[in-house]
Amino acid sequence: MSRWRGRFERVLGMVAKEFRQIFRDPRMVRVIFFAPIFQLIVFGYAVSTDLWKTKTFVVDHDNTRASRELVEALTASGYFQVSGRSQRPADLVRALDHGDAILGLQIPAGFASSLQERGGPARVQLLIDGTNSNTASVAQSYAERIVQSYALEYAPTRPIAVDFRERAWYNADLASRNYNVPAVVGALILLVCLLLTSLAVVREREIGTLEQLRVSPLASVELIAGKTIPFAVIGLVDLALVTTVALIWFGVPFRGSLLLLFGASVLYLLSGLGVGLLISTISKTQQEAFMASFLVFMPAILLSGFMFPVSSMPELFQWLTLVNPVRHYIEIVRAIFLKGTNLGALWPQFLALAGIGAGLLSFASSRFSKTAS
Amino acid sequence: MPTTDRDVAVQADDLTRRFGPVLAVDGLSFHVKRGELFGLVGPDGAGKTTTLRMLSGVLPPSSGDARLGGTSVVEDPEEVKHRIAYMSQRFGLYTDLTVMENLAFYADLFEVPKGEREERLERLFHFSNLGPFRDRLAGALSGGMKQKLGLSCALIHQPEILLLDEPTFGVDPISRRDLWLIVHDMVAEGVTAIVSTAYMDEAERFDRLAFLHRGRVVALGSPDDLVDAMEGELLVITVDRVRQARQAVTGHAAVQLAAVFGDQLHVMVSSAQRDGPAVRSALEDWGFTVSGFQEAEPGLEDVFIHRIARADANAAEERA
Repeated sequence: MSRWRGRFERVLGMVAKEFRQIFRDPRMVRVIFFAPIFQLIVFGYAVSTDLWKTKTFVVDHDNTRASRELVEALTASGYFQVSGRSQRPADLVRALDHGDAILGLQIPAGFASSLQERGGPARVQLLIDGTNSNTASVAQSYAERIVQSYALEYAPTRPIAVDFRERAWYNADLASRNYNVPAVVGALILLVCLLLTSLAVVREREIGTLEQLRVSPLASVELIAGKTIPFAVIGLVDLALVTTVALIWFGVPFRGSLLLLFGASVLYLLSGLGVGLLISTISKTQQEAFMASFLVFMPAILLSGFMFPVSSMPELFQWLTLVNPVRHYIEIVRAIFLKGTNLGALWPQFLALAGIGAGLLSFASSRFSKTAS
Repeated sequence: MPTTDRDVAVQADDLTRRFGPVLAVDGLSFHVKRGELFGLVGPDGAGKTTTLRMLSGVLPPSSGDARLGGTSVVEDPEEVKHRIAYMSQRFGLYTDLTVMENLAFYADLFEVPKGEREERLERLFHFSNLGPFRDRLAGALSGGMKQKLGLSCALIHQPEILLLDEPTFGVDPISRRDLWLIVHDMVAEGVTAIVSTAYMDEAERFDRLAFLHRGRVVALGSPDDLVDAMEGELLVITVDRVRQARQAVTGHAAVQLAAVFGDQLHVMVSSAQRDGPAVRSALEDWGFTVSGFQEAEPGLEDVFIHRIARADANAAEERA
């Protein structure tokens, strides 16, 4: 009984000391509270794959009402904006080369007549700057759809084989912000846990206090608990902070259960703390720990489906993502925010998170106990 | 008086530690009685730190064992940690915490009851004179004060056995005196202390000491016993070009050992009366100017130099 009380008191003393140190350092406070908000705002505003007022260069050789209406249809959607006009195709090439336009629309002479009189296929050329493949493909599909519907409207007499109507569920406008902001939560918590845990442990090694702790009655498990609990708490506080900003400032929908989000985050934290601890066992200095944290962080994010969908990765990498806790967490977070999914549908991800987290943390703990000297 | 198990606080038996091919500590055996101030004296690299780390339970011995208060460091290193205070050469303080916060943290770790803390802190502050600095960040303390704070942190839980690794290394003379005052006071209260030092002048302070050289004990006993056991007599010679004089005199038939002590030459001979004049005239024949020449009682330092020379000679013989 008293043995457990002693353990509890030592861990508590350790946690209290850790918090004292964290809040004494103003840089640390900024990293914990301002950096996540800042990152969220950057992701919320800047990182957007949405198309809006894409610069479009128009070369209209036809110059008829029909051709003007086509241009009108494109710009009326708000997705495209005419940034220049000319009669010479060379100007269009120049505009694309210089980045003055992303999209080029070329309407040949006789466009209107072939549309109306001959009823034959009317030709329109669309040139797209493919250097940003993401924007290009989105712009291409939007422009195609607009041109198609224009054509249907103009020639309603033609028979329609398939009436294809799309509707995006859960995120009706396909707003990338609704998709990105919840995922930022996952990236931020990982970064906070990885970095703070590994730095805090390595710093103790650097200043020689780790050796001092090892000759105290503080057992290895207690040391690990004392070192990870504070950052788990900070991770959860950041979660609350970022979620609040996401809901209030960005108006991202939240359709699921907060409790479920909290539970998933706790499981997810296990992985972050585990990897942070693991990094601390291989790093001698804080710089090394910092570098190692980013070396782990970048691929973990890239292979998570945060920015690039898992389904479009090569098959090998798709398999790899299964052991990436970020992937499972981001799936859970997006589902909870946007779909309001419950545990009934998310249990595989929860199970994966719990398994990976427990595995990582116990492996890191055993390594830490061996190498702490 | 025969020593019983109850009187022995620390018992090291054939304690050995290898680091790869390097034999850092080689078959160390000694015992320390309860309430004794025991010294591990030796130059850098003699194995002092390795020995203390093994005694504290952080570093497992390659072979051999040590018992602290009856508990084996091999079988139960965790239990050992409850009984001791170990202060490493550079005690790790949390520089971003205050003096009080550092002390409170170590009090938490060692489960010092809240009711007793006030009294213990007062006592430690009384010794260390750190009281007025209790709210200062540890990082803003001077080197000597940091060391005193380290010792205070180590002492907050009133250990049975104190293991201090070169506590006075690089510390100013006043703090050094304070540190020794604290140690002596703890010993007076019945605490057993093992203190390592590379400073020969501190060796006189110990009740008993082990002199370490290349991981082995080359001398063991109280300072008086060690001096008494010294064979031969000591000549203290003041001479010009003292280093060349040492080289020259080392070859002399009557000279057992010659060593430079500052600007003086210490020469061991079997009889000062018989060999003294011969050594003096030999020096003068070689062209040295002898301005002082007298017989003296050998000090601990003479003992150590003598023992090291003998140990090295034995080692050379073993190799041959």
